[in-house]
Amino acid sequence: MAEFLQFAFSGLTVGAIYALIALGFTLIYNASDVINFAQGEFVMVSGMTAVFAAAAGIPLPLAALLAIVVTVLFGILLHRLAIEPARGASPVTLIIITIGASILMRGLAAVFFDKNFHSLPPLAGDTPLNLGGAAILPQSIIVLIGTGIIVTALWLFLNRTLMGKAMLATAANRLAARLVGIDTSAVIGISFVVSALIGAIGGLLATPITLTNYAIGTLLALKGFAAAMLGGMGSPIGAVAGGLLLGLLEAFGAGYLSSQYKDAIAFIVILAVLFAMPQGLFGRASIERV
Amino acid sequence: MLSVENLTSRYGRIEVLHGVSFNVAEGEIVTLVGSNGAGKTTLLRAISGVQPTTGGTISFSGESIGGLKAHKRVARGMAQVPEGRQVFAPLTVDDNLRLGAVTRRDDGIATDLENIYTTFPVLAEKRHLQAGALSGGQQQMLAIGRALMAKPKLVLLDEPSMGLAPILVEQIFAIIADFKKRGLTVLLVEQNAYAALAIADRGYVIETGRITISGTGRALLEDPRVRAAYLGL
Repeated sequence: MAEFLQFAFSGLTVGAIYALIALGFTLIYNASDVINFAQGEFVMVSGMTAVFAAAAGIPLPLAALLAIVVTVLFGILLHRLAIEPARGASPVTLIIITIGASILMRGLAAVFFDKNFHSLPPLAGDTPLNLGGAAILPQSIIVLIGTGIIVTALWLFLNRTLMGKAMLATAANRLAARLVGIDTSAVIGISFVVSALIGAIGGLLATPITLTNYAIGTLLALKGFAAAMLGGMGSPIGAVAGGLLLGLLEAFGAGYLSSQYKDAIAFIVILAVLFAMPQGLFGRASIERV
Repeated sequence: MLSVENLTSRYGRIEVLHGVSFNVAEGEIVTLVGSNGAGKTTLLRAISGVQPTTGGTISFSGESIGGLKAHKRVARGMAQVPEGRQVFAPLTVDDNLRLGAVTRRDDGIATDLENIYTTFPVLAEKRHLQAGALSGGQQQMLAIGRALMAKPKLVLLDEPSMGLAPILVEQIFAIIADFKKRGLTVLLVEQNAYAALAIADRGYVIETGRITISGTGRALLEDPRVRAAYLGL
């Protein structure tokens, strides 16, 4: 039982990070049909910036703020310099552009920072709590609470503000959105800002547990993508559920089967979803009534 | 109010509008009739700024708007009720209407919303339901209400009667005829030529991307070519 709880908790913690990345995918996908493969790099840039700013003597809260600002700036630049000029190109072209941008960001991080693994000090110390025999890091609880806050804030933004509703409307029917006067390029821009913001906070929450280095984004993006597929591409609830589920599958797979196959589980999930239920758990089957 | 000169537009390499010219004066109901594929929807989308044009000019209230993005044109006072209604299906009726006013910054939005609910009581009953759950006729009313929420001077309607039961078609055309009394200018695109010409001040016939016949609504109803081709008489 203690073992089960231990796996469950570590699965939920990692799953929360996957959920945040999947949410980033979902927001940009809904606004533009683009799957932004630089989403994992947002997490990396944020973690690395915070680590190096803290090492340079900047107090941790300020370093975290700086990391968020830098990451959001990357999101804005990615939209302005890479996505906006290619407006009207097919989503596949834009997706390839985001892969290019992710390689560039990885390269910049390797040059500006370094290629080593780094960590941030956990917010609430590193004495594990004992819960039913399982040892739980306080940072795990902070990750879960932080994710909960982000998901709630995002829900309120989407459902309680006109801007958020304009984003939902753009996702639901892009032609109608343009005809009622929603500036759909601005909506895409905002989706990049919000996704970068979510990625940045995810990076700050995760780095004390998962560590960070310049190349961590690729695998994170793939895991987040698997989570978004599992939940149903385009569904925010699906992204969260898919992320947590993928985290749990990985933790139980690594715990009860073999830890060597941990990273393979995300890819098995992608294949299984594509074969068995391409619309995912919460996605709409794309049937159009004519 | 609206003047279109020599407008051309293409899908890829295929030109679908070959130099369309027409105008709509303030307070008029003008209708464009034509068969499937004549370019009616393309023309309305080009006017609204969601279909790129390759030549010609569009001016609205005396100013050229050809280079403006779609949302800027809505802000200038032009709203479209698109073909096939295109409501925001997962959003509530209320949110659909509020998004119709997304370009407005004045404080009359709440009053206008109540006016829409008075005009369309069925929408008031279902204001908290998802728009996708409405029937076709109710969705059409929602699409019209959403366009009115932009407080437009000119309303563009694309096939508002498509796919509706005859009694609803009658209701929709009565609503459009009523726009005139509210001081709205209307450009109506229809395959239902008889009903459209009956309420229109003037009309144009569009055939394969060109205007071929124009005249008052009454004159077109009596024109032998129109009667043969579009009225089945």
